Amino acid sequence: MSSQVHGAQKFDNAKRSETVFSEDAMKTVQTIISRYPADKIKSALLPVLHVAQAEFGGWLSPETMDYVASVLKIKPIEVFEVASFYSMYNLKPMGKCVLEVCQTSSCWLNGAEDIVKYIEKKLNIKVGETTKDGMFSLKVAECLGSCGTAPMLQCGASYHENLTYEKVDSLLENYKAEGKLKSYTDLDYKNTL
Amino acid sequence: MGRKLLIHNDNMPNIHTLEVYRANGGYASVEKALKTMQPDQVTDEVKKSGLRGRGGAGFPTGMKWGFLAKPEGVNRYLVCNADESEPGTFKDRYLMEKIPHALIEGMITSSYALGAKTSYIYIRGEYFYVARIVEAAIAEAYAAGWLGKNILGTDFSHDCYVQVGGGAYICGEETALLESLEGKRGNPRIKPPFPAVAGLWGCPTVVNNVETIAAVVPIINMGGEEYAKIGIGKSTGTKLISASGHINKPGVYEIELGITVEEFIYSEEYCGGIRNGKKLKAIVAGGSSVPILPAALALTTAKGEPRLMTYESLADGGFLTGTMLGSGGFIAMDEDTSIVKNLFTFSRFYHHESCGQCSPCREGTGWMEKILQKFLNGTANESDVDLLWDIQSKIEGKTICPLGEAAAWPVAAAIRHFKHEFIEIAQKKKFVDISHYDRLNKLVKA
Repeated sequence: MSSQVHGAQKFDNAKRSETVFSEDAMKTVQTIISRYPADKIKSALLPVLHVAQAEFGGWLSPETMDYVASVLKIKPIEVFEVASFYSMYNLKPMGKCVLEVCQTSSCWLNGAEDIVKYIEKKLNIKVGETTKDGMFSLKVAECLGSCGTAPMLQCGASYHENLTYEKVDSLLENYKAEGKLKSYTDLDYKNTL
Repeated sequence: MGRKLLIHNDNMPNIHTLEVYRANGGYASVEKALKTMQPDQVTDEVKKSGLRGRGGAGFPTGMKWGFLAKPEGVNRYLVCNADESEPGTFKDRYLMEKIPHALIEGMITSSYALGAKTSYIYIRGEYFYVARIVEAAIAEAYAAGWLGKNILGTDFSHDCYVQVGGGAYICGEETALLESLEGKRGNPRIKPPFPAVAGLWGCPTVVNNVETIAAVVPIINMGGEEYAKIGIGKSTGTKLISASGHINKPGVYEIELGITVEEFIYSEEYCGGIRNGKKLKAIVAGGSSVPILPAALALTTAKGEPRLMTYESLADGGFLTGTMLGSGGFIAMDEDTSIVKNLFTFSRFYHHESCGQCSPCREGTGWMEKILQKFLNGTANESDVDLLWDIQSKIEGKTICPLGEAAAWPVAAAIRHFKHEFIEIAQKKKFVDISHYDRLNKLVKA
C-alpha cells in the first residue's frame, strides 16, 4: 500500500483546465480502452494512470486524477483509491529520476543496504527524499524480480542489475547527462501501451 | 543433462522474434490443436500430463480447467498471471523476456481449449520493459494471423491483450488480480465463488501462471502421457527454478522434477555451490512464503532420504521438518547470514504488501515487523520470541486470502529452526550483523 497518501490537497481549477492529454497520449489511451468491452472502460484505469503520470510531470496531482476520471467517465474517488493503493503511482512530485533500490531478501543478502547507504552519501539525501536540484529521488522497493542479478535498482522502466559502487557512479553520471527520466519516453511508452 | 521443454532455446539469437520462433517449431501446438483436436481433447491432454500450477500453489491445471463453467451466451476468459512478485522468483520475467512467443502460443492453445475469445496477460507494472517485449510479440502474432479472426482458417478467433499492474504483490492472488484488471484496488475476494464460475466481470475465468501456460505448448506437442513420464509421482514434467542468494551461479534453471536438492545446489550444471568456499546455512526453496529450512533438512528429509526437487519431497515432514516447492524461488544462504535479519526483510515485505482488508493480516504483519525491528535494535526480550510465535499462529486460517499465511509461515519456520539466534540477541541485548555480503569484493569489482 502506498505510503504517499496525503491529507486534503488544495484543488487548483486553473491547473485542472490545463490538464489535457496530448494527441499522442490520447491515441494511446484510446488503444488501451479498446481492449475491454465497451461497458468495462474502468479496466483501463491502471494502464491509463501510467500514461497520465508520464505525461504530467511524473506524478499524479489531484488535477491529473480528476482529469483521468473525466476521460474514463468514473468518479474522482475511484481514481484516487487506485492511485493511493499501488506503489508505482506517485502522489507527490518526484525528482526527474526516481531511483528505487530493491531491499528484499536476495538483494539484501547481496548488499542492497550498502548500495542504499552509498547513494544516500553520494547524493546527500535520505531514502524518501529528493535532491535539491530536483534531479534524483531515492526510494526503496520490495522484490523487483531480479534476485539472480542482485543487488539492483529500478529507474523508470530501466533495471540496473549486478550493481557495484562503480556501476552506481556511472549510472548517476548518465542520468545527470541525459537530464531527464530515461525510461518511459525512451521506450515510446506513450504510443504503445 | 536434464531435458528442457520451455527455455531450451533461450540463448538462440532473436528467439524473441516470430520468424526465429516459428522456424524452430513455434506455434505447432496451435496448428495441432485447432486443426486436429476438439477443445475437450486439449483439456484431456493437460489432465493426463499431471501439470500443476507453476505460480506457487501447485493446483492440478487440468482439474482447474475442468471446473470452468460454460453457460450459454456468456463470455469466458483466460487470464495469465504475470504479476510475479514473490521474493526470490524471477523465472516468468526470464521466459517472457527471452521467448515471449512461448507464452503467446500457450495462451492461444489454452484459450482454444477453454473456449475463451479474449485473454489478458496481467504483467506487474515494474516489469514495464517486459510488457513492451510481450506487446511487440503479440503484434507480430496478429500480423501473421496467429491472433485475430479465424485463426488458420478455422472458426476460432482470439484476441490477447497485455494489462500492466500498478505495483502490488497482492495482485498475484488470482481474485485480487481480477479486481485490479477491473480497475480497482487489489482486494482479494472471498471464495467461493471461484473465478471458474464468477471471475473477470463476473464471467467464468481461468487464471494461470505464465509458466503453466507456456508448459501447455510442449504438452500438446508431445502428448500429455509423454510429458507425465518426466518427473516422479505427482510431480511431472519440468520446472523453472529461479536460483539466487549466495550461490556461485544465480539464474533461471529448467529442471526435470525429481533431481536432488543437493545436485541442484552443488552441481556445475545448476547453482555451482556456495560462493567463497562458505558452507550452506539455510534455504528458502520456493519463494519467501515457504518455510526456511536449515541445510541438513534441506538436503535430507527427517526420514533420512535425499530431499528431491518435487512437490512431495520438499513437503515431506510438513512444516515441522519440510517446506514447499512453491514458486521455485530458490534462495540459498551461507553460514554468515543472520536468519533474524533475513526474516525481517520478509516481514517488512508482507507488511508493506498487505492489502489491509483483514485485521489479523493488516495488524499482524505490522506487529511482526515491529517486533523484529526490536531484535535488530537489540532491545528485544526473550518473551518477544513467544509473542512473535503467538501472533503468527493467530493469522493462519483467519484471513480472506493466503497472504496472511504467507507472512506467518516464515516467522514460524525461523523460530522453529533457528530459535537460538533470536534468544542470543535477546540475552545479549545486542544485534551484531554477521551477514557478510562480500561487501568490498563484490560491490567494487564490476
